[in-house]
Amino acid sequence: MAEAHPVGFRWVAKAQERGATVIHVDPRYSRTSAMADLHVPIRAGTDIAFIGGLIHHVIETESYFREYVLHYTNAATLVSEEFQDTEDLGGVFSGFDPGTRTYDQSSWMYDGGDIAASAGTREHATMAFDEHTGAGMDEGALKRDLTLQHPRCVFQVLKRHYSRYTPEMVEQVCGIPPHLFHQVADVLVRNSGREKTAALCYAVGWTQHTTGVQMIRAGAILQLLLGNIGRPGGGIVALRGHATIQGASDIPTLYDLLPGYLHMPRAREGELTLKEYIGSGGVDRGWWSHFDQYIVSLLKAWFGDAATAGNDYGFAHLPKISGNHAHFPTMLRAIDGGLDGLLCMGQNPAVGSQNAGLMRRALANLKWLVVRDLAEVESATFWRDSPEVVSGELRTEEIETEVFLMPAASHVEKEGSFTNTQRLVQWRDKALDPPGDARSELWFLYHLIRRVKEHYAGSPEPRDWPILNVTWDYPEHGELREPSAEAIVKEINGYEVETGAPVPGFAELKADGSTACGCWIYSGIYADGVNQARRREPGDLDAPGGWVSPEWAWAWPANRRLLYNRASADPDGRPWSERKRYVWWDEAQGRWVGYDVPDYPVDKRPDYRAPPDGGRGMDAISGDQPFIMMGDGVGWLYSPSGLLDGPMPTFYEPIESPVANALYSGVDFNPVALRWDRPDNPYEEPGTERYPVVATTFRLTEQHTSGAMSRNLPWLAELQPEMFAELDPDLAAQRGIEDGGWMVIATPRAEIEARAKVTVRMRPLRLGERVVHQIALPWHWGYAGGVVGDIANDLIVLSGDPNVTIEDSKSFACDVRAGRRERAPTAPLAGMPHGHCAPDQDHPAEEPNLHP
Amino acid sequence: MSIPHAAPTEIAIHRPGAQRMGFFTDTTTCIGCKACEVACKQWNDLPADGSVFRKGGSYDHTGSLSANTWRHVRFVETLQPEGGPTLPSIPPTQGQHDWDLRDPGSWLFMSDVCKHCTNAGCLDACPTGALIRTEFETVVLQPDICNGCGYCIPSCPFGVVDRDHDDGRAAKCTLCYDRLEDGLEPACAKACPTDSIQFGPYEELVDRAQRRVTRLHEKGRSSAYLYGAGDAPGEELAGGLGAFFLLTEAPERYGLPAQAQSPEQENLVPATLAGVGAGILAAVGVAAAMAFGRRR
Amino acid sequence: MPSPGSRGSRPRSFAALRDLPLIGRVADWGMGPSSASRRTRRAGARIAGLKVTESICPFCAVGCGQVVYTRDGELVDIEGNPRSPINQGTLCPKGSASRQLVQQPGRLTKVRYRAPRATEWQELDLEVAMDMIAQRVIDAREHGWQDIDHHGHRVDRTLGFAHLGGATLDYEENYLIKKGFTAMGAVQIENQARI
Repeated sequence: MAEAHPVGFRWVAKAQERGATVIHVDPRYSRTSAMADLHVPIRAGTDIAFIGGLIHHVIETESYFREYVLHYTNAATLVSEEFQDTEDLGGVFSGFDPGTRTYDQSSWMYDGGDIAASAGTREHATMAFDEHTGAGMDEGALKRDLTLQHPRCVFQVLKRHYSRYTPEMVEQVCGIPPHLFHQVADVLVRNSGREKTAALCYAVGWTQHTTGVQMIRAGAILQLLLGNIGRPGGGIVALRGHATIQGASDIPTLYDLLPGYLHMPRAREGELTLKEYIGSGGVDRGWWSHFDQYIVSLLKAWFGDAATAGNDYGFAHLPKISGNHAHFPTMLRAIDGGLDGLLCMGQNPAVGSQNAGLMRRALANLKWLVVRDLAEVESATFWRDSPEVVSGELRTEEIETEVFLMPAASHVEKEGSFTNTQRLVQWRDKALDPPGDARSELWFLYHLIRRVKEHYAGSPEPRDWPILNVTWDYPEHGELREPSAEAIVKEINGYEVETGAPVPGFAELKADGSTACGCWIYSGIYADGVNQARRREPGDLDAPGGWVSPEWAWAWPANRRLLYNRASADPDGRPWSERKRYVWWDEAQGRWVGYDVPDYPVDKRPDYRAPPDGGRGMDAISGDQPFIMMGDGVGWLYSPSGLLDGPMPTFYEPIESPVANALYSGVDFNPVALRWDRPDNPYEEPGTERYPVVATTFRLTEQHTSGAMSRNLPWLAELQPEMFAELDPDLAAQRGIEDGGWMVIATPRAEIEARAKVTVRMRPLRLGERVVHQIALPWHWGYAGGVVGDIANDLIVLSGDPNVTIEDSKSFACDVRAGRRERAPTAPLAGMPHGHCAPDQDHPAEEPNLHP
Repeated sequence: MSIPHAAPTEIAIHRPGAQRMGFFTDTTTCIGCKACEVACKQWNDLPADGSVFRKGGSYDHTGSLSANTWRHVRFVETLQPEGGPTLPSIPPTQGQHDWDLRDPGSWLFMSDVCKHCTNAGCLDACPTGALIRTEFETVVLQPDICNGCGYCIPSCPFGVVDRDHDDGRAAKCTLCYDRLEDGLEPACAKACPTDSIQFGPYEELVDRAQRRVTRLHEKGRSSAYLYGAGDAPGEELAGGLGAFFLLTEAPERYGLPAQAQSPEQENLVPATLAGVGAGILAAVGVAAAMAFGRRR
Repeated sequence: MPSPGSRGSRPRSFAALRDLPLIGRVADWGMGPSSASRRTRRAGARIAGLKVTESICPFCAVGCGQVVYTRDGELVDIEGNPRSPINQGTLCPKGSASRQLVQQPGRLTKVRYRAPRATEWQELDLEVAMDMIAQRVIDAREHGWQDIDHHGHRVDRTLGFAHLGGATLDYEENYLIKKGFTAMGAVQIENQARI
């Protein structure tokens, strides 16, 4: 955090001054470790074993927050009799189909529960609404055992699942000695409960794994057990790495989502009409019962007057997804000749995407490419400068790709908002005009689609209906004809169709076509016709709760700064402790009050109980159930639905690892991980001896992502001028690598060279009798810009977590040697077969796993 | 305690209400991010020096303070087995592995800067009046006066002053004299994410720093001490540093001298004479050149 | 204020020398009031009186507030916003360097176009480039259009072109990307979130 989010660390340092203990768990000893009270070196990619060990510890020592766990989690709920655990089946859960490497999740349900719409769905990474929130779940007859003794209650299931995650096993898997493990456990337990809370902060070191989603789930389970969710100072805090990567998910440039985490329509039976779509995404109970209002309002925002009840508001015209259309399969489609064009806006796949050598070959196989950036980036100059061109594998004169490099406006040359890592939407005023022909993306999209609309004007083709009818009448201003960003904010906020008046929030949205709203979770951002994200009143930070600064910018949803904050009060609505007071029930006022906007129906009494028949909508959520987005109102220690790779996190090795799975012999990596087994994406076998060193990638304070925003800045470039690798002195001695000298890092995809930084900050780890060495690689260098160097991502294989298609890039197997490389980095990929797919067909890349 | 001050006669600029200002750099809260280094270059429009990968330099690739680097973050990567308890040792080996159990100990960061000494050797050595003492008792180098003679460079016991490769003039931190004139805090102190660099009236800073040392001692960090402030009269480094530091290891570990007397202070008269002599020589030279030119 | 006579620990000989009436001035020669140059006397923050705009740092997702100073439309300085409760005026090295991001060497101001098989860039008029790109996107849409997929399911989409990017684009921009390209039937719309 000190390394990659230095200003975020400002607050950690302040907490530390006030007595907080800071623990840093990381394969490398970084600048964050130097500031921490305790650094815990861990083998990259083994965090589920470590967190699982902590879950085991908390349960075995009965140090969980019992009252919180009983009331606010599903610990007491009974699980179906059909469910079988990985402990019963040797590493897989019940429902596993080895033929397709997918799960039938139906046996994971609660006893008496059922998933209405998506039962038996076997599908990869088409992250859909019902599959990650338990929507459609009918939980009318759930059984609970408040003594937590029933062998099938979630608590006991969890306890059994983690029974072998002992401190000894943690040492065997992670390389963390038991005495250190106990130090961490003691600190966490001591700092959790009524009076204290502990936070888990993570970044892509947790997510970029083929078990990435389960990694976060493990953190959530631990925090629920310790009572650290929905309370100040608690939580699992995502430290996102781009200015508005949160905003780019909320208003998604993601293939499987519509704005506000509604799912993209899927090409399958029973989902082709609006009613069926709502049935697949809506839910009877909890907040998602409003699903229909959100999708209808979205369609009204997009298609305006053309969207009517009679035509399902144009729903049937939306494109539908079938397989996996994420970035990786799309680039494989380009390799195979099925993608004509690509638009990269502020993105640099030639350096920043995994198996980057494959990415560059994909770019060379496009008909056209549009790159929008501030300066020449590798993805725009691959035809001239890429290692493949330099080596002669590709010839510039033979690369057909037509490239448009468009000058972009910088953050101070346009107005608009970033959504930061805590969901805080902050507006930027424009300070100056962009230079020359540089323009904002807003300008580019607005004028591009304007041209497209003109082209199709008057077309009778049904497929052109959305283009003809998409609302695109944004006011222009200035000589540059910039579209009004504020008009877009208003559309996203939502308005009454008849009057055009902005709605005050998503509670006012209707399913009858009388309201339009571009993204329901952002509704309220233009309440009262005022851009709430432009508010800049920090308030008195020293007043009680003043640090919440509710009038500084605006957070979704409804300006709530802390989600599920009803959990900051006990079941009766009183603060768990004075120290941790945040949101509480005020009996005199008959409402929830506090420092933040309550994440709860403001007048729902703590003693309200759902009707005996279970109730409908928010009526089904009792007054002591804080987790209103879940159908059963509680936090999930066990996920009866939603995840494609198991109801509880289970330790698997990374998809490429020199170590065999010590917990489940023979099931080395996530059995339902996504793989694209093809010659240009070769995998190494589990337990590899050819590649015995564990590698991880990381960011430096002085550089940013692929370097496109930092390597060209002399003030930053001089601070970290060259690509390097950190390794421990023992490994260096074994391989004859000298500090400051050159070394080569090899995987089946590539061999890259880097300067060696030999340091005891990297530590060999002892896994029982075995010692494992780790190296760490920053990934900021490429072949364009002020300072250049080899590309760490050339080394990494394409893979995917089954839920969201995030790859294993934070842990992979490699080998190292002294010296410099003798050929182009990705020479092993040269000469791969191209063009074996007909462009007008779905490509196997979109159905990973099924095609070895 | 008495706070050291520069000689009133040395102060070139007088403004009512001006008081001694300084930097307190607390290395225990420095995260080594180098924001100060960049913020300084940004404000003062200093070019990048360019750099190469430095062997054994930890994450420091710019090396030292220079004419274009007025804040510099030093990385002290302890490679000895002794040191802090922050990393566990691997349990004793059983079997074939026989590598030694090293412990990285600690990784220290320190943002170095011109010390704005009470007894400033550079200022004493400057023959042109380019170096002046301001109303904030800071030492500022006036580029429009400096003739690039370089006498100040060896006179600095900390090796702070450097000559610009392009124009030959000396350059160093001004403690953002221009910002101070408009009531703004120096760029580095403002940017510092963890307030490792603090700026303020000197007396307040020293007081705050001493309380900080006490607090660290209470927390068990008994090695914390102030470098350049709070010393007994007569024992102060260069008369007391306007920019002083809180350190936890010996000064040499951070590349700081344990003693800091400028050669000029030991030897004022010859230095003055040398300066005057240089001026006379230059004048003679100019006269000769003019005479020569006229003759042609 | 310096208290008269408190000269700290100047070496005694030096201090004594300085105390002498005439030689004292000589010792400080070049250091008296006359030594401050015109430039020094006029010193002041170059941002005084400039136009101030509030912005947000474009690097990581902490969301530090920035203050942008401009003179006649020229960028002069970017600093941390002291009012922001997030960063309270501070910035990391990247944030501190963000003026150089805007004014970086090689900053593009014209469209660069590389024709198929060409070995060099050529400059292109912006409007011409926009027309060409619109045509490419339209052609790709048509070329990759599917009413049904190979399973026979109705899909109403194009796989002819794709979009990648967005994590440093404004949410308003992402909205237009998603809305505009979805209306064209594109589904391969992605950003950094899962890379």
